[in-house]
Amino acid sequence: MNNIVFLPVLLPLLTGIVLLFFSKSIKFQRVFSVLSVLAGILLAVMLVGKVHGQGILTLQVGSWEAPFGIVIVADMLASLLVLTTNLIGFAIIVYSFYSIGKERERFYYYAIFQFLLVGVNGAFLTGDIFNLFVFFEVMLMASYVLLALGGTKPQLRESLKYILVNVISSALFVITVAYLYSVVGTLNMADISRKIAKIDQPGIVTVIAVSFLIVFGLKGAIFPLFFWLPGSYYAPPIPIIALFGALLTKVGIYSILRTYTLLFYHDQGYTHQLLGILALLTIIVGVIGAVGYWDMKKIIIYNIVIAIGVIIFGISLMNQQSLSGSIFYIIHDMIIKAALFLLIGIIIKITGTNNLREISGLIKAYPYVGWTFFIAAISLVGIPPFSGFAGKLLILQGAVKAGSYIGMAVILLSSLMVLYSLMKIFINGFWGIPRAYPDADRVPVKMLLLPAVLLVGVSIVYGFGTEAMYPFISQATEPLIDPGIYINAVLKE
Amino acid sequence: MKTNDIILQTVAKLASLVILLFSIYIFFGGHYSPGGGFVGGLLASGAIVLLLLAYDLKTVAAILPIDYKLLIAAGLLIAVLTGAGALLFDAPFMTHTFSYFDVPLLGHTALHTAVLFDLGVYLVVVGVTMTIIQTIGESE
Repeated sequence: MNNIVFLPVLLPLLTGIVLLFFSKSIKFQRVFSVLSVLAGILLAVMLVGKVHGQGILTLQVGSWEAPFGIVIVADMLASLLVLTTNLIGFAIIVYSFYSIGKERERFYYYAIFQFLLVGVNGAFLTGDIFNLFVFFEVMLMASYVLLALGGTKPQLRESLKYILVNVISSALFVITVAYLYSVVGTLNMADISRKIAKIDQPGIVTVIAVSFLIVFGLKGAIFPLFFWLPGSYYAPPIPIIALFGALLTKVGIYSILRTYTLLFYHDQGYTHQLLGILALLTIIVGVIGAVGYWDMKKIIIYNIVIAIGVIIFGISLMNQQSLSGSIFYIIHDMIIKAALFLLIGIIIKITGTNNLREISGLIKAYPYVGWTFFIAAISLVGIPPFSGFAGKLLILQGAVKAGSYIGMAVILLSSLMVLYSLMKIFINGFWGIPRAYPDADRVPVKMLLLPAVLLVGVSIVYGFGTEAMYPFISQATEPLIDPGIYINAVLKE
Repeated sequence: MKTNDIILQTVAKLASLVILLFSIYIFFGGHYSPGGGFVGGLLASGAIVLLLLAYDLKTVAAILPIDYKLLIAAGLLIAVLTGAGALLFDAPFMTHTFSYFDVPLLGHTALHTAVLFDLGVYLVVVGVTMTIIQTIGESE
């Protein structure tokens, strides 16, 4: 009995429901949701520890045998991602106290927040393709509400686009699952993998694989399908952008990682090459956006796109180094993107503008914000002792091993451009002659900085503790290299 | 001139009762025949919508003083706790159980915990449908 595997989903679900009853009392909502997320972090740590000790844990929901019921599977990858999700959730909830505003808090903000965590944790942990769809919907419904909550004009405009894109991609998801089900006749991912291996991935399965790429690419914003992201992530308030930027697209990437390593690995010549090309184009588009804008939010948003490209490129190479690199990088990127959004949120609060040309000299009055941002920026780029380094290095090693020198060059150049885009914020925003900002005194900078510092601190520990993290990452990589481990753990053969 | 809805109101009183009874029938029949919490819930909210059409929002709120948003929360809570109840017996989440009981009037009957889960679904469906209709109806 491994009910602990399901607790990271059950806990936010119950919390969200309880918060629905107490929508009037903001104080209760704040305290209760923070306590719940803290418990979530504790649970996730226990889960990681347990998976580290005992290997992949599975829970057959409702006591039904594996291919017939829904299985919840916690391998090391899923457990680490759940831990990261809870950490980010904690930081963003604390940040929300001082920035989201009473109006939003009164209208179920914290409850919806918990439901989003349910969706994300569930999507990471499920072992059933249709259940994955359901958790995607839980997550997306919550994100629709968070995007539209508050009802300002840009939010309404962008939520319309966002919902339209996601409804279409969800319909595609269902159609693709229907195709897959008509070919293999099962929905359990381990069982699907076994059945596909038996028929040796004929053409139709490759078509399905590409359809899944379109579906998850729409959710995760890879090259031709990222068009909705810059607008939609621009509209909501900062804590919500941070939540979206750190979690939502990463669930799409996780799904690509899961399906392309567990299900569709037989005919890599076509699918994985396509994945590689799209990944590099994603990086290039992201770089163009990040370098082109003078708007802080836009710069970070396009940095999300770049990171997606880097991770997907690591997945497309399908060797030990590149997959470990992708896992290293995805965790690093979730943490640091959330931190960066929270930090530019502080700058925007102080100055009242997104435009870099209208701000300067912040380092005089806000040295801690400045240096925290600096550390976050160089971590994102991957300067050696910090957290972005190990992941990118491993992906580059994988690229060398696979002989993909173009990819290597693109990733290295993209790092340079990421550095340029973030230093543009740092140099223009923090250096120069200090200006006066009328609203600056009313911003609770210290309280807002605390969660950002927490996340940057975690990322520093993650970067300096690469050696300690490596056993966990390599354990997470094992089932990706050899799907047999995953299948045996689920089907108990 | 004030219109007179006496025929509609009289029929609605009777019909909504019949629909409610049918919804309960459908709800309990779900295990052995087509039906269950979802359809039952929709039927029940259909009965309330009929009352809304015949009367108005305030009258119906006076007849049924229910906060439908709390109904959603209560339904969710019942459904989740039914699933989580398995944890107390060291069984996997959502494990259901059933047993036979001699119930007065009904006699020898199987009682299944899945009914509790379905009750949660029923309440959530009624709550969601009525919340949607009420908020759209109230907004100017």
